Amino acid sequence: MSEARRLLVLGGIALALWGMSYGLWYAVFAEHQALNNIGGSLAAGFSAAAQRDSGAASAALSQYHEAKYIYDRQVDVHGHWIGLAMLLIILGIGFDRVAFSKRSQFLLALGLFLGAVIFPLGVLLQTVSHGPGPRAVAIAGSAMIIASLAGSVWGFARSGTSA
Amino acid sequence: MGPLSGWLKIAHRTAANTSMSVAPVPANATSGDWELASFAPLSSRRLLVLGGIGLILVGMIFGDIFAVFILHQNASRVGTSLAAAAHAALAGNSPAVLVYFQNVGGFLENRGTKVDTHVHMIGFGYLALMLAVLQPWVAFSQVAKKAVAWVFLVGAGVLPIGVFLIHYVGLAYSPLKTIGWASIFADFGGLLVLLSTGVFLVGLCRHRQASRTVVSDTLLADRSAAGRMLLAGGLALVLLGFLHGAYYAAVNLYEHEAQDYSLLSQMSSGAAAADLASVDRALAGYGQLQGEKAVNIAAHAHSIEFGLLAMLLGFFQPYVSLNGTWKRSWAAMLLLGSVLLPVFVLLELQYGLLAGGVADLGGLLVIIALLAMWIGVLRYTGSLDAPRTGIEHRGVAR
Repeated sequence: MSEARRLLVLGGIALALWGMSYGLWYAVFAEHQALNNIGGSLAAGFSAAAQRDSGAASAALSQYHEAKYIYDRQVDVHGHWIGLAMLLIILGIGFDRVAFSKRSQFLLALGLFLGAVIFPLGVLLQTVSHGPGPRAVAIAGSAMIIASLAGSVWGFARSGTSA
Repeated sequence: MGPLSGWLKIAHRTAANTSMSVAPVPANATSGDWELASFAPLSSRRLLVLGGIGLILVGMIFGDIFAVFILHQNASRVGTSLAAAAHAALAGNSPAVLVYFQNVGGFLENRGTKVDTHVHMIGFGYLALMLAVLQPWVAFSQVAKKAVAWVFLVGAGVLPIGVFLIHYVGLAYSPLKTIGWASIFADFGGLLVLLSTGVFLVGLCRHRQASRTVVSDTLLADRSAAGRMLLAGGLALVLLGFLHGAYYAAVNLYEHEAQDYSLLSQMSSGAAAADLASVDRALAGYGQLQGEKAVNIAAHAHSIEFGLLAMLLGFFQPYVSLNGTWKRSWAAMLLLGSVLLPVFVLLELQYGLLAGGVADLGGLLVIIALLAMWIGVLRYTGSLDAPRTGIEHRGVAR
């Protein structure tokens, strides 16, 4: 098994395990509380509106907005880590068909693996900071994945035409 | 961690007994012997292939039933309850607001658990197929690999069933305050999948460390037209899905999140100010926004998932015991359905039910093609298991 394939397959399974562990932890310790927080703050906002208390309604809806923002990202991170891990494994299985040198194959594999780790990590960091840093990390990760994936498509295409 | 350590012990013992040989087939074995060894009755690979495709099929059929009979009706109930809550707030009726929001919570939980059932069943099916491809590189004995494959499949079945039951079982007889028995079983299923995948990873690492045996596997040597079609088409679908997701994240995601908050604020402040027109405008906008978010996310997710499925099935074409024309036809049908579904889901906002119908048809095409390939794999297992008479009885697979 070439270094590129090994990185994609072993890295992919490790990333899938990491994503599943994160999902399991989240389902057991965080998700129910997050959903209660979202539902509770939304109901509290409208309940305050019914009592003509605009200030309390606004505060409750702000709390809803923040809780929903965090929840969406935490669920996305779980899905994207595992989804990207599966992509890494599948590409790893057939990566010898990418008609580039071993070094180029390894660089593509490295780009895919790092992107698959960094992109969801950037999304997760957005739950800690709303600043541009985490967004930049997520954008960099997704750009690495798309560029490496496009390179892989090109490699597969070269393999098809040269076969 | 008891079961895991047990499996590891078995795996360690049996791997040692086989001296880390990857596939215990004699040196003078024919290609037929290799195929029989790697896809023997109830071998880990066969279990994972048949179980994996079965999980994907059940998950897709469940998803189609959910989309046709539950999704839209449920979304309508959520919208109605939200509108009722906003109007109750407008009327100053605080207790009614809470009741309507409890209803919204119930409908969303119903929807969420159905979506999770669909997604996890298909996701585990994909993982099973990937692990099936990798079986020759997992340096454990066939007995140990088979046991781990069973653990994986049991967990992959228990998690989605548990998630499906969460809405119906609730907190009945639960020892915990927020988590019911169905959730506990679902989490246990997830743990089984996690542990079995981890054991397979250990097996892969052991192969790397202890053996440099070159593994011969007919699956990876295949260059049939159907296989190439599925690999190329699948990769293109994945790339398109990524590009769409990146575009959505860059252009719409933050705007949609801001709109979600501002529309709810408009509803709430309109209700506090007894402004019916403002509340109704916000409600209409909110419904439209939820639709836009849902179709974009569904198109992104389905494009990538169908791409992954196509690529995986591309590897398994040698096991699909059908003639070349039929294999190419089913591959084409799968790719056609995989394109139709995400494209027409995106068009649902402009063309409504017509586009929704075409999207559902796309999903049905994928299911039919997948079922045909599954039957092809079953035929292949039948041809392998039939008594060997000295005649090349596996010609149908060629």
